[in-house]
Amino acid sequence: MSSRERILGRVRRALAAAPQDDMPFEQAFSRDYLREHGERGVEQTVDLLAENLADYRAIVHRCTAADLAATIAGMLAARGSKTVVVPTGLDPGWLAEAETEQVPDRAESTPQELDRVDSVVTACAVAIAETGTIVLDGGPDQGRRRITLVPDHHICVVRVPDQVVSSVPQALERLDPARPLTWISGPSATSDIELDRVEGVHGPRTLEVVLVDGQASTEVTT
Amino acid sequence: MSGTFVGMPVFPPPAHPAFPQAAHEAVNNPTLRGNLRHATHTIRAKRAKAVAEVSDWAELREAGKRIKDHTLLHLDRYLEQVEESVTAAGGIVHWAADADEANRIVAGLVKETGESEVVKVKSMATQEIGLNEALEAEGIRAYETDLAELIVQLGKDRPSHILVPAIHRNRGEIRDIFTREMSEWGRPAPEGLTDTPAELAEAARLHLREKFLRAKVGISGANFVVAETGTLVVVESEGNGRMCLTLPETLISVVGIEKIVPTWRDLEVFLQTLPRSSTAERMNPYTSTWTGTTDEDGPKTFHLVLLDNGRSDTLADEVGRQALRCIRCSACLNVCPVYERAGGHAYGSVYPGPIGAILSPQLRGTASEIDASLPYASSLCGACYEVCPVAIDIPEVLVHLRERVVQGGPVTREGNKVVLKPAKGHAAERAAMRAARWAFARPGALRTGQRLASRTRRFHPRTLPGPGGAWSDTRDLPPVPAEPFRDWWQRTQGQNGGNGDRGAAK
Amino acid sequence: MRVALFLTCVNDTLYPDTGRSVVKLLTRLGVEVDFPMAQTCCGQAHYNTGYRHEAEPLARHFSDVFGEYEAIVTPSGSCGAMVRELYPRMGERARAEGRGDTLAATLAPVVPKTYELTEFLVDVLGVTDVGAYYPHTVTYHPTCHGLRSLGLGDRPRRLLQAVKGLELVELPGADECCGFGGTFALKNADVSAAMGADKVRNAESTGAEVLCAADNSCLMHIGGTMHRLKTGMRPVHIAEILASTEEGPAA
Repeated sequence: MSSRERILGRVRRALAAAPQDDMPFEQAFSRDYLREHGERGVEQTVDLLAENLADYRAIVHRCTAADLAATIAGMLAARGSKTVVVPTGLDPGWLAEAETEQVPDRAESTPQELDRVDSVVTACAVAIAETGTIVLDGGPDQGRRRITLVPDHHICVVRVPDQVVSSVPQALERLDPARPLTWISGPSATSDIELDRVEGVHGPRTLEVVLVDGQASTEVTT
Repeated sequence: MSGTFVGMPVFPPPAHPAFPQAAHEAVNNPTLRGNLRHATHTIRAKRAKAVAEVSDWAELREAGKRIKDHTLLHLDRYLEQVEESVTAAGGIVHWAADADEANRIVAGLVKETGESEVVKVKSMATQEIGLNEALEAEGIRAYETDLAELIVQLGKDRPSHILVPAIHRNRGEIRDIFTREMSEWGRPAPEGLTDTPAELAEAARLHLREKFLRAKVGISGANFVVAETGTLVVVESEGNGRMCLTLPETLISVVGIEKIVPTWRDLEVFLQTLPRSSTAERMNPYTSTWTGTTDEDGPKTFHLVLLDNGRSDTLADEVGRQALRCIRCSACLNVCPVYERAGGHAYGSVYPGPIGAILSPQLRGTASEIDASLPYASSLCGACYEVCPVAIDIPEVLVHLRERVVQGGPVTREGNKVVLKPAKGHAAERAAMRAARWAFARPGALRTGQRLASRTRRFHPRTLPGPGGAWSDTRDLPPVPAEPFRDWWQRTQGQNGGNGDRGAAK
Repeated sequence: MRVALFLTCVNDTLYPDTGRSVVKLLTRLGVEVDFPMAQTCCGQAHYNTGYRHEAEPLARHFSDVFGEYEAIVTPSGSCGAMVRELYPRMGERARAEGRGDTLAATLAPVVPKTYELTEFLVDVLGVTDVGAYYPHTVTYHPTCHGLRSLGLGDRPRRLLQAVKGLELVELPGADECCGFGGTFALKNADVSAAMGADKVRNAESTGAEVLCAADNSCLMHIGGTMHRLKTGMRPVHIAEILASTEEGPAA
């Protein structure tokens, strides 16, 4: 007997005396919890995102679409970055004003090569206000997972308000499970020393999030 | 099949003293007591705050419980679905009935790659099966990359907490371990390393980075496996998880069969309750999800090893199976007054604390001294149940397992129904319980005893000799009153009140 | 209303003053109290140590003795929780063992009408000011079964706050178990004693004269530790405080 059969057999025997219900899962219980916490307008949701990102030590910038290139260029310059990894599908305009040398995200790059790059700029798939989380799904403007991991400085651009949701349930609805996802809430941290949070371990130690306003943002209603 | 169980556990329990003996040393170690008190009290207050932020905590907790219960009651179906969906996404699924088999599978897979070292994300399942030791025996070196695991590995120590395995170490001790041991394993600790947590974290970053960058094989567990999509989820803080999950060419994930949730949507519950319960954060810094393999992003080969190792036996017990709902958040450890004073090592298992006290004796059986003593390692105060994000009634299971220890009875071991004999060493207690039951069933007998105690009260000491010293070594006994209440009652109100020695009728 | 006092075996034998206080207090509030002489033990120690089958006859006996009263009042959070929380569970387990509904049906009547003393005062009688007088500084320890199994909440505190002359001071780490835990105190004496010592140190830090709780089992452990550590504090059951008046003060 294979271990597969052995385990499945044990599980079936273990459940033989259990009450049988063939009710479909979604009818088996009600999801009484909230879809989001509190009532907020669009602007308040974006403010909450900014607040929660900052609370977990991400550096938050806000600008208009017109100022984005200058903002990013300023951040890279302030950091003194000589090189920056760029996902292949990133809007080239975002880095138009940056003088930093661009390194394309390539399959052939080794982790050691990536380790020598100073910064990375990406977009994101969705951002969650209640938890201060940005989610990357490996889309063309976000690149391979490792490019936002190995360099020590990550600049992530969130288009507000359309990429912002309030809650974890709303984020999951927008995401495709088939894609490799990385949920990021602040720079890497640890609670392993005396159960107290310290920022800065293996992932990027500096996370800068740019909330860039689309033209329509102020007109969108809840 | 049925028979009297002679004591072969699913995997050998450690030669470990019973809990009270093991706890004795920890209780009297002021450094350890101080470290544990500081850490658990810090996280306790933070968790309460993080939970209070979400107004629907009770509903999330109930949903988590129900999702897990539903999954467990249809686990055969969901296991098959996981196999199908992971395979469809490009993963390779293996089944391991016990620790030995899981270790054999993983060692074999590593050898196939031709590599002799692996990087590991903290995983309770691989600790449970002793994977590192098994790999070492095959000439494969496993590097733990979680900071706390690194502290434990470098210190040749044992983990003492589910989330923070080095919780028993304070910053000064960690500095000493790093300074002394890092050079043995790779890049030495920086000169003049101090004990500030930020510097210690930096030292770990530097020490591990070269290992991450050259690693060809990563080994992980998973917090969740989504049956409908074949997605695995790892929740972490440091980024070591992301390193192990994305940089190597081969990824091997060893996952207990109870980690399944049916649908993608179910994550909306656990990704809210787990971070707040474990690190007391709205969200942990990094969560990775992956479904099979992705072209040109991350590992080219992905193996999922589904691990039973006593879980299906636990599933067979209708009271005990709720322990399989556990999402390993460790909130119960952090609020447990017994854990705080006894420390994690006293539990003799990779699963310490209240959840360990109900998991270990189910996964391993109750044959060993330590496993038979674990159900008693609790004052039944209920703080664990109160904070559990999947509402495991730990006190209920503890009492249930106490029954198993003292009364014996039917259990399932390695898939077979067996009948346990009552454990040895409880004979005197059993006799006392029976005698007490006999006396309590006869109010007259109780009264005779009470009166005898009252009449001889002048001679009662406030301390006791022999086994009674367990009480009176630290606590004085209350003085015996001149008369029991019932005598007073009968003397003063018996005529018009109580209804004598028998019956409720009035 | 005629109610039965379920005093508990520990109180009956070792703490008759608590029983006398409950009678005095309830009588003062116009409640007719009866003490069924056939009562013994609810079976909690048996059940919680793993001897459920030994506890069953005691539970049946309890139901037999108390079944016909309108209300059953007990000055013990843990024994109250035994009846309310664990009797139904015993019934369920018997059913699961294929022994039918008999036990569940036998125990069912006593479950909803069993009240811990402070619950009875606040919820059934609807009083928080019981006319007590107790000129002492008091700190209150919520015992685990009262707090978590019965959900007594702030009832004991509200009762204490209404006592004339009483100054109530907060106990640091109040919600933490004192370390008694029934047979736990013997089986894990080291840990139990360490928990007790921490509880006593916290109590001492309040400067109160009296540590009050609604369960004498815990008070036996805390008080025994206080006595051994020579703290000068006294453990006092809440019933004795609530029974105390200017005319008839507690000792």
